Amino acid sequence: MPEILKTEDVFVYYGAKDAVRHVNLSFERNTVNALIGPSGCGKTTFLRAINRMHDLTPGARVTGKIILSGEDVYGPETDPVEIRKRIGMVFQKPNPFPTMSIFDNVVAGLKLAGERNRAKLGEVTERSLRQAALWDEVKDRLSAPGSSLSGGQQQRLCIARALAVEPEILLMDEPTSALDPQSTQRIEDLMTSLKNDVTIVIVTHNMQQAARVSDTTSFFLVGDMVEHGLTDQVFTSPKDDRTEAYITGRFG
Amino acid sequence: MTVSSNAVPSARALSSKLSPARRLQNNLMLGLIVLGTLVVLLPLFLIFGYVLIRGFTAVIAGFPAFFTQLPKPIGEAGGGIAQAIVGSLIMLAIATVLASLIGIGGGIFLAEYAEHRLANLVRIMSDVLTGIPAIVVGLVVYVMLVQSKITGYSGLAGGIALGLIMVPIVVRATEEVLKLIPTTIREAGLALGLPRWKVILSIVLPSARSGIVTGLTLAVARVSGEAAPLIFTSLGNTFYSNSLVQNPMAALPLQIYEYSKSPAPEQVSLAWAGSLVLVFIIFVAGLIARIATRQR
Amino acid sequence: MTSTTLKPKRSRASSGDALFSYVILGLALLILLVVLSYFVLLLSGGIQGLTASGISFITGTTWDPANGVYSAFPFIVGTFITAVAALILAIPLALASALFITEYAPRWLSEPVGYLVELLAAIPSVVYGLWGIFVLLPLVGKFQLWVYQKTGVPWTPSGYGVMTASILLAIMIIPFIASISRDVIRLVPNDQREAAYALGATKWEVIRTGILPYARAGIFGGIILGLGRAIGETLAVTMVIGNAYKIPSNPFAQGSTMSSIIASQFSEATDPRFVSSLVAIGLLMLVFSVVVNYVSSVVIRKLTPAGVRL
Repeated sequence: MPEILKTEDVFVYYGAKDAVRHVNLSFERNTVNALIGPSGCGKTTFLRAINRMHDLTPGARVTGKIILSGEDVYGPETDPVEIRKRIGMVFQKPNPFPTMSIFDNVVAGLKLAGERNRAKLGEVTERSLRQAALWDEVKDRLSAPGSSLSGGQQQRLCIARALAVEPEILLMDEPTSALDPQSTQRIEDLMTSLKNDVTIVIVTHNMQQAARVSDTTSFFLVGDMVEHGLTDQVFTSPKDDRTEAYITGRFG
Repeated sequence: MTVSSNAVPSARALSSKLSPARRLQNNLMLGLIVLGTLVVLLPLFLIFGYVLIRGFTAVIAGFPAFFTQLPKPIGEAGGGIAQAIVGSLIMLAIATVLASLIGIGGGIFLAEYAEHRLANLVRIMSDVLTGIPAIVVGLVVYVMLVQSKITGYSGLAGGIALGLIMVPIVVRATEEVLKLIPTTIREAGLALGLPRWKVILSIVLPSARSGIVTGLTLAVARVSGEAAPLIFTSLGNTFYSNSLVQNPMAALPLQIYEYSKSPAPEQVSLAWAGSLVLVFIIFVAGLIARIATRQR
Repeated sequence: MTSTTLKPKRSRASSGDALFSYVILGLALLILLVVLSYFVLLLSGGIQGLTASGISFITGTTWDPANGVYSAFPFIVGTFITAVAALILAIPLALASALFITEYAPRWLSEPVGYLVELLAAIPSVVYGLWGIFVLLPLVGKFQLWVYQKTGVPWTPSGYGVMTASILLAIMIIPFIASISRDVIRLVPNDQREAAYALGATKWEVIRTGILPYARAGIFGGIILGLGRAIGETLAVTMVIGNAYKIPSNPFAQGSTMSSIIASQFSEATDPRFVSSLVAIGLLMLVFSVVVNYVSSVVIRKLTPAGVRL
């Protein structure tokens, strides 16, 4: 079974301090993979290393290898801009571009890549919005501003925007933590259908969410990746005591 | 776990596939932005350089007469602009009194009585005042006080014109500083049984004092360089004025303006010297304000 | 700010409160009175000039005090030309410096550069004018001479004129536009930048897609501030523009703005109608500045993205 992303001995440093240590993980195509752990455990830091978001933070440094479909994300020949087209990201707080319409938001990434054909743009918009389960709600008002949507809809818009550039991997950083339970439910349902098109890596502080949606789970604690495996197995028979303590709610 | 393998992405190389056009645009914009910044900074250095060099040589050459003597007629060497410096100081003092009263009062109104039905109107009007050119204010005071012969060309008229220009600056600065003071401080005062006016005067204002003084300082620095309104109000003088009314008064920026038009090189160099003094005062005032803000 | 619900119990205190609030209200109302009085006073001072010239005060193109002809149109044009030219020069430069300071420069560089740009705003108009006369003007004159010799255009290269005035104005308004732009660009939430980056955008594309549209209302506000300054700027312009009474007919031409004509002619204004005409021009400037102020606040509200607090 082809693995789409593999990390070897990844460290992330902020200045001299190591925030994430020794992470060795691999993710297979078309799976949903959860990263869980208490606040400050490094799961988000690790996530953002995958699409080279740390390049934008002065003083941050990533060592080790992150391999996307056989090629090194941090290789000397690699362009971060290209990486970020192949690895998309959805953020914790929905962040559509407020001055742009729904349509323009969805195609923002495509337009940057140079796509000008209106027919193609329209086609991609419909496809992405359908993938994000938002099409029916907005198809009649694609020119309304992105900020006119509710929180849950905005987040689905952001998902559509990320999907429009057809990434291989979609990184999701606590995508539902700012949303109400109903919107959360819709997005979780989304992930099950989305994994047919992209591989998902999701950071969540909500264990039940991880248990519901993911195929594999990795447990982070204070910068270390403690345990990793199929979700069912991690939750019912964790190998590490610390994992068990977190899952049973003894801390976190 | 089954993996559906009908979604196999096309093999895309990771090495730079950024289109050359996009990369070019990115680098071009970087270059333009750096270049633009340099172009912006260039006149700054040129102006300061000239003022420093030509002003300094003039001040040294005329030291200390520059500060202590009155202007000499054209053709005679030496002399100074003492009357302009004194005139500026006097008019700035008048302006500060006027601007403090109306400006701080207005600021207190907007911050402490914001629920009043006229508060919004006052704020809008104060904003309108900020946009009104200084020369217009000068004309207004001209019609009001000079043309009507109430004060004639005078230091008082000039000071009032400068003060009116300062008012909206002081209003905004005062309002902002007062708004920064947490409501809990006012509530603490009220809870002690103090009447509202005492809470404002004895508790709120003193906490805001340094911010208000900073606002005033910046406003004074701003108007100390204004000559346009003074053309119609204080008119300028080559001698000391012996009264605040019915007697034209000199001011530093006015004097610089007069000398800049002069054919005599020694007067032009006095203009540069005056510029140095003026810029120096403004610069120091700005520094003081900056330090004061940083300490808070 | 606070609205108190405590009712003072002692009558002495409540009358103290009432008195204080009346004083403060009075001072604040003075502001309203001041604005009103500007219009009233300028109208009363300028009415003679306005009625004597009629509508030709604004539409006529001749300013000839010696023969009693007063038309302000050439100066309205002069103000317009210099202000627009100054904006065209200043806006890209100001934005460039603002973007440099906020997005490109490392911390140790952006603070000093920011401070230096702000220093430009501290230089008084008359010093700009002095520098303009003795430094900028000869430079522009040389440039004009070069153009004249190379191309033979029938324009007189003197250095004085709208070209120098516009360049000088541009330098003067750059710090205002830059400073406000810097502040609003800083306020753009970081997740807007990250969203653009995450889509695979280059740094400039992030600025173009995620930052500038978000900040456009504030940047526009800064531009309006610069425009207001350019319209009202007097001394520096007077010193370099040449003070001609005609509409400038070519880029090298001399001219006047509304503010420069008032400043330069005032000392020569002997008869009451002359003085009144100058005051009337001041009234025009007042009306313009209030209108610009109002229009800009409307536009800013329209430009502010929904839900964004600037």
